[in-house]
Amino acid sequence: MIPPLAFFVLAAVLFVLGVVAFFVKKDLLTQFMAVEVMLNAGNLAFLALTAGPGRANAQAIVLFVIAVAAAEAVVGLSVIVLVFRRRKSIRTDELRDLKG
Amino acid sequence: MDRLFWLVPLVPGASALLLMLFGRRYSRRAAAWQACGAVLVSFVLAAAAFARLAGGQAALEKVLPVWISAGSFEASFSLAFDRLAAVMALVVTGVGSLVHVYSTSYMADDKAPTRYFAFLNLFTFFMLVLVLASDIVLMFVGWEGVGLCSYLLIGFWFDRPAAARAGLKAFVVNRVGDAAFLVGLLVLLTQVGSSSFAAINGAARDGRLSAGLATLAAILLFAGATGKSAQIPLHVWLPDAMEGPTPVSALIHAATMVTAGVYLVCRLNGLFAASPAASAVVAWVGAVTAAAAAALALVQNDIKRVLAYSTISQIGYMFIGCGVGATAAGLFHLTTHAFFKSLLFLAAGSVIHALGGEQDMRRMGGLRRRLPLTFPAFLVGALAISGVPFLSGFFSKDAILTSAFAGGHYVIYGLGLAAAVLTAFYMFRLVYLTFYGPARMEPEAGLHIHESPRAMTVPLIILAVLAAVSGLVGLRVLPGEPADLFGRFLEQVLPRTGRYPAPPTEIALILAATASALLGIGLAFLFYRRSPGLPARLAGRFPGAYRLLVNGYYVDAAYDAVVVRPLVKGAGWTYRNLDLRLIDGALNGSAAGADLAGRGLSAVQSGLVRDYALAFLLGTVIFLGVVLL
Repeated sequence: MIPPLAFFVLAAVLFVLGVVAFFVKKDLLTQFMAVEVMLNAGNLAFLALTAGPGRANAQAIVLFVIAVAAAEAVVGLSVIVLVFRRRKSIRTDELRDLKG
Repeated sequence: MDRLFWLVPLVPGASALLLMLFGRRYSRRAAAWQACGAVLVSFVLAAAAFARLAGGQAALEKVLPVWISAGSFEASFSLAFDRLAAVMALVVTGVGSLVHVYSTSYMADDKAPTRYFAFLNLFTFFMLVLVLASDIVLMFVGWEGVGLCSYLLIGFWFDRPAAARAGLKAFVVNRVGDAAFLVGLLVLLTQVGSSSFAAINGAARDGRLSAGLATLAAILLFAGATGKSAQIPLHVWLPDAMEGPTPVSALIHAATMVTAGVYLVCRLNGLFAASPAASAVVAWVGAVTAAAAAALALVQNDIKRVLAYSTISQIGYMFIGCGVGATAAGLFHLTTHAFFKSLLFLAAGSVIHALGGEQDMRRMGGLRRRLPLTFPAFLVGALAISGVPFLSGFFSKDAILTSAFAGGHYVIYGLGLAAAVLTAFYMFRLVYLTFYGPARMEPEAGLHIHESPRAMTVPLIILAVLAAVSGLVGLRVLPGEPADLFGRFLEQVLPRTGRYPAPPTEIALILAATASALLGIGLAFLFYRRSPGLPARLAGRFPGAYRLLVNGYYVDAAYDAVVVRPLVKGAGWTYRNLDLRLIDGALNGSAAGADLAGRGLSAVQSGLVRDYALAFLLGTVIFLGVVLL
């Protein structure tokens, strides 16, 4: 039996990896994947909470998160494709049109 | 048809509205016809209602919706056609119709006849609202409305700076009076609790309104009347108002609007009767104005300015009548004055028209034979205003002076008699300078002198007949008889408080009035026919007195020094310091502050996704830190 704490630690490690990757990487697609990693770290933490009998409600939340993440992936990826078509680049440092 | 009397003001009002909304689509002819038609319809309706009153009915009333309702106070569009209103409405629509018809020809070559007729109709509407209002708040609406139309029509030729200034002056001077009117109105509203004339007069009569408050309210309202009716000290706007078109001077600044103050005093006769002090003020202001303004008319060279000072002086007579308790006599003089003074103005307009715009009497003369219709018409008007027996002015002026004498107001009577001599003198000075003697006009102006077209001469003839015979309604067959026809008709609205003198006294007074008229005419004949060098010699002998009169007793100069210039100076200081520095400074300062804040904060928007993510992350960490720790 793996102790629940191990799941939390793993989730935390994954989340931090996602954050770091988001800040370190410079193209939209990779940063997008880093966001997905963070989302899944969250999912893992929720699942760790349900390790025990009769505590299935957190699993429902996880299902919702997966559904939302799927929708978000659709929108996000299509935005990225459109940005690339227009600008021939998806490097975030070059997409600075909102500079004040 | 008399049920429809409430349409009397509304018909010209509707016409004015149409002319103002669709002015561009009207042809000159259509605008003129519609304007004349509207006033004529209004006249016919007023005459029908008048016939009903003459049949014995006391008043016709119509309450249109309530328009102010605040707490226990209500004011409604309530119109009443009683005998006082009937006389005034007939004068307004009757003289108004003639002036409208006259204008179709006089203004035929003007640039903007549609605008002119729209304003003239609008004036008629507001004047009739003023006349028919049975509630002082509604009357105030008409009062302000005629003031507005007066401003618009004095400054009708606004591209002439003098006209624009004159309009402004009339408006501002009237504001002074109207402020007093408004305060008086509020005193009455708070003390009486109702705005209807019946309630105000009733409260004053049965003593619910204390004598002190009645005096206060009456004097404040009379101050408003001095503004509108151009009495001393607020008379300064009327001579300048002659910058407007001449038919406007005839209708607004002679026959109707300027007499609104007299009408107000007549309407509130119960209030003024309850306050002897206020009545005395009315009589004295009227007497002083009658004499002082008549003296000013002696030295004017502009034909219209002579008539303007004459109007001021004649309205003074009306106030004497109201002040000495002979209110009906005041209204009688208002009526006859409306006829002969609008006749004089329209005839003067005909002269000006014939001379191609010349108004200076020094460049007229000898027009008697060149204007064969205008001259006799003008002469009838001049004889009537001078008080030559059996013409209208004789009866009305005599009714006022007799009442003043009978009431024991001997000084007021004396001033009135002196003014009568001066009136006859300046009127015949005008007649001799304009119609007699050698022709002094510019040679080219002299070439095309012509009698005016029929649209102008027919109103002159009608008015001349009225000026000649309208006095007969005030005839008492025997001196000492209780009341004349005019006074009897108005008795239930304007109860007479003054007494008539004993018959021998009255005959003496009539002879004195006749003598003063003939004396004035005789002096004018001596000065301007027999020995034309005399006026200049006299002016040379008394240069101080002459300058005093030419400068209008320096009233304008005094107002300029005491009121206008300090006000302009103060306004300039306020503009430079408060407006430019304080208000504009605060405004520009806050704008600059917002701009600066915007620039500073926009630096945060780097456009780099990573920066936003960092801010997001830090925010989350801080939030979690606060929540969890």
